Amino acid sequence: MTATTPSIEELANQQYKYGFVSDIEADSAPPGLSEDIVRFISKKKNEPKWLLDWRLKAYRHWLTMSEPDWQFAKYPPINYQDIIYYSAPKSTSDGPKSLDEVDPDLLETYKKLGIPLEEQKMLAGVAVDAVFDSVSVATTFKKKLADLGIVFGSFSDAVQSHPELIKQYLGSIVPYSDNYFATLNSAVFTDGSFVYIPKGVRCPMELSTYFRINAANTGQFERTLIIADEGSYVSYLEGCTAPMRDENQLHAAVVELVALKDARIKYSTIQNWYPGDENGKGGIYNFVTKRGKCADDNAHISWTQVETGSAITWKYPSCILQGDNSVGEFYSVALTNNYQKADTGTKMIHIGRNTKSTIISKGISAGHGQNAYRGLVRMLKGAENARNYTQCDSMLIGQDCGAHTFPYIDVKNPSATVEHEATTSKIAEDQLFYCKQRGINEEDAVSLIVNGFCKEVFKELPMEFAVEATKLLSISLEGSVG
Amino acid sequence: MKAAWDKVVDQMIEIKNLHVKVVGNKILKGLNLTIPSGEVHSIMGPNGSGKSTLAQVIAGNEAFEVTEGSIEYDGQDLLELDPAERAALGIFLAFQYPVEISGVSNMQFINAAYNSQRKYRGDEEADPIAFLKLVKEKCKLVKMNDKLLSRSVNEGFSGGEKKRHEIFQMAMLAPKLAMLDETDSGLDIDALRIVADGVNSMREDGRSFLVITHYQRLLDYIVPDVVHVLYDGRIVKSGGKELALQLEERGYAWVEQEASAIAN
Repeated sequence: MTATTPSIEELANQQYKYGFVSDIEADSAPPGLSEDIVRFISKKKNEPKWLLDWRLKAYRHWLTMSEPDWQFAKYPPINYQDIIYYSAPKSTSDGPKSLDEVDPDLLETYKKLGIPLEEQKMLAGVAVDAVFDSVSVATTFKKKLADLGIVFGSFSDAVQSHPELIKQYLGSIVPYSDNYFATLNSAVFTDGSFVYIPKGVRCPMELSTYFRINAANTGQFERTLIIADEGSYVSYLEGCTAPMRDENQLHAAVVELVALKDARIKYSTIQNWYPGDENGKGGIYNFVTKRGKCADDNAHISWTQVETGSAITWKYPSCILQGDNSVGEFYSVALTNNYQKADTGTKMIHIGRNTKSTIISKGISAGHGQNAYRGLVRMLKGAENARNYTQCDSMLIGQDCGAHTFPYIDVKNPSATVEHEATTSKIAEDQLFYCKQRGINEEDAVSLIVNGFCKEVFKELPMEFAVEATKLLSISLEGSVG
Repeated sequence: MKAAWDKVVDQMIEIKNLHVKVVGNKILKGLNLTIPSGEVHSIMGPNGSGKSTLAQVIAGNEAFEVTEGSIEYDGQDLLELDPAERAALGIFLAFQYPVEISGVSNMQFINAAYNSQRKYRGDEEADPIAFLKLVKEKCKLVKMNDKLLSRSVNEGFSGGEKKRHEIFQMAMLAPKLAMLDETDSGLDIDALRIVADGVNSMREDGRSFLVITHYQRLLDYIVPDVVHVLYDGRIVKSGGKELALQLEERGYAWVEQEASAIAN
C-alpha cells in the first residue's frame, strides 16, 4: 500500500534550492586575524580614529576571551586564522549611483533568489538596502525616506554621514565586551544597516535588507543599529538566503535596537542560510547577538523570527525593558531538519515599572534535527507589577530528532507575574491520515499541520513575509516524513 | 424489497476475500462485498466485528495490513493507490472520530483538500469566488454555522459539530463512494436528521454510500438498498432494509448462530 509514497532518501536528496555562487571579483584581505587586519578594514572603510580605537579595544579584549561552550549545539573548533575578514565586490569601489551601475551578475544573483530589487519591490512599497557580501551596493527609496528625515542605509555610509549618532549608540546595547562573538564582530564588522527614525515619524514602508554570504570563506560580520527616536515607529525586515558550499562558515552578526520614549520597533527575520546537506556536511554557523532596549517609557520592541536555515543557529534576540510601561515581545519559529541544530530563545530583562513581555516560541524538529529553547525572564527590584507570559511549544517529526527547553526565571520583585507554558507534541499519524483521506498528499499535509502549529508567530509577520515564511517552511520540511 | 443484486449495474467497489491484520491481530478474515454504483449499503455488526477496519482499509490507512484479497474500485486496483490518490478518485470517509488540527482553519483545510483533488485530476485550481459560493451553499445544506469555517479544524467542536463538519466536507468534495463510520453516534435526533438530509440530498446515480452503524435508527432516515451484517471479519448475512429492523429486535446472537452453523 505504500508503493507510491516517496522515500525519505529521495526527498532528502533534493538540492538546496538557493545554492549557487555568483562570479564577481572580490577585493579581499588575506585570511587571518590580527591588529593589522582590523586596521585594514577600518582604513578600507575610511573610518574616523575613534572607531578604529573602538575596534582595536574590542580586538584586544577578544584575545583575552575564550570561546563559550555551554550551548546545546556543539560544533568542531573554528580556526579564526582561516577566515577572510574583508571582501567587497570590486564594482562598488566607486559607489554605484543607480542600479545601472550595479554589476549585472549581482542583479542576476538577486533575480535567481527571487529577490526583486527593482520594480517589484518598489511597487510593493519596500525600500531595499541590499547587502552583498560586505558592502551595500544598492539603496532604493532613499529620497522618499530622506524627505521624512529617516536615515536608512549601510552602516559604513552612516559612519560618514552621521558619525555623532554612531558614536552615541554603537555598543550602547551590546558592548564591545559583551560575549565572544559580539566582541569579534566589534573588532572586524564590515558593514550592515543603519536606521534612524526621527521624533514622531512613522516610517511609511517596511524597511527590508537582504543579507547574503557570497565569496568563499568570507565570514560575515554584520553590524546593524536601529534607533527609533521619541514617538516614532519602524518595521524592519531582514531576510537571508545563501549559496551552496562545503565548508562551514561563521556568521557572527550584532544587531542593536534603541527605542526611545513612546517609540516602537518591529524587527522581523527570515533566516534561510545553507543548512548543510542531508548528512550534516557544510552549512552556516549562525552565532548572532541581537538585543534591543526600551530606553524610556512606553517604548515597545518586538522581535519575530523564522529560523529555518544554518547548520547551527545560536541566538537570543532580547529586550531590556528599562522605561516604565515598556513592552518586549519575542515570536519565534525555529525549524531543524537533517542534522541542523538550533539553540535559540530570548532574554527579557524587566527593569521599569509595569513592563510587559510576551514570548511565543515554536520549535519544530525533523530528521536528526535538535532544537533547544533557552530563555531568561528576569524581573529586577524596580520592576513593580511587571508581567511576563511565555509559551514554548515543540513539535517532533519522526523518531530521530529532539526538542529541549531551558527556561530561566529570576524574579526580584514580589509584585511581578511570570507565566510559563510548555508543550511537546508529535505530528500524529491520525492527523496525517485525516489530511490524506481528504486528498492532501503527505508533504502538503505535513506542511499544513506545521504551518498551523506556527500560526501564532506567522500572524506577527508583515503580510508578504508571512507568505514567504509559509513557503520556506514547506521547502525546509521536504523529505522530513517517509 | 428492491433486490439490488439482481440488477445489471456497474460495480462501484468489489471486495474479494479481504484479510486484514492490525498490530498482529486478524480483523478481517475473507470479507466479500460488492456495492453497485448508485446504491446505499449499510454495514451493521457487533463491536469489534471489523466495521471501522473495513472503512479504514478502503480509505487506505497504512496502519492496517492487507494480507490477502483484492479491492477493485471503479475498475482499478485500489490497493495500489495511496490514501490521497484514493480520495482524489472519489473515496470519502466521514470519520468516527474526526481529528483536530490546531492553527489550520476549516476554510483553509477544505480549500487545500478541494484544490489538491482538482490538481490530481488535472483540473485548474478553483476560482476563489466560485469556491466561496460553493462553501456557503454546502454550509447551508448541513446547517453548519459558517462562523465555524474560521475556527481550527475540529478544535473545540462539540460531537454534533464534528459530525456535521464531516458531512459538510463530503458535500464539498462530492465523492463517488462515501463512507460514513458511525456518523450517528453521539448525535441527538435533530442533528441526526440534518446529517441524514445532507446524505439523502446527495444520493444520485454514480454515487454510492457505505453507511456503518450500530443502530437501525439512522436507517430510518437514510434508507439503505442493502443491509449487511459483519461478524467476526466476514459478511455473514445480507438483506433489505428490514434486516436492520430484525437486528434491532433480536440482536446479533441469532445471526452469529446462523453464521457458525454455516461455518461448521
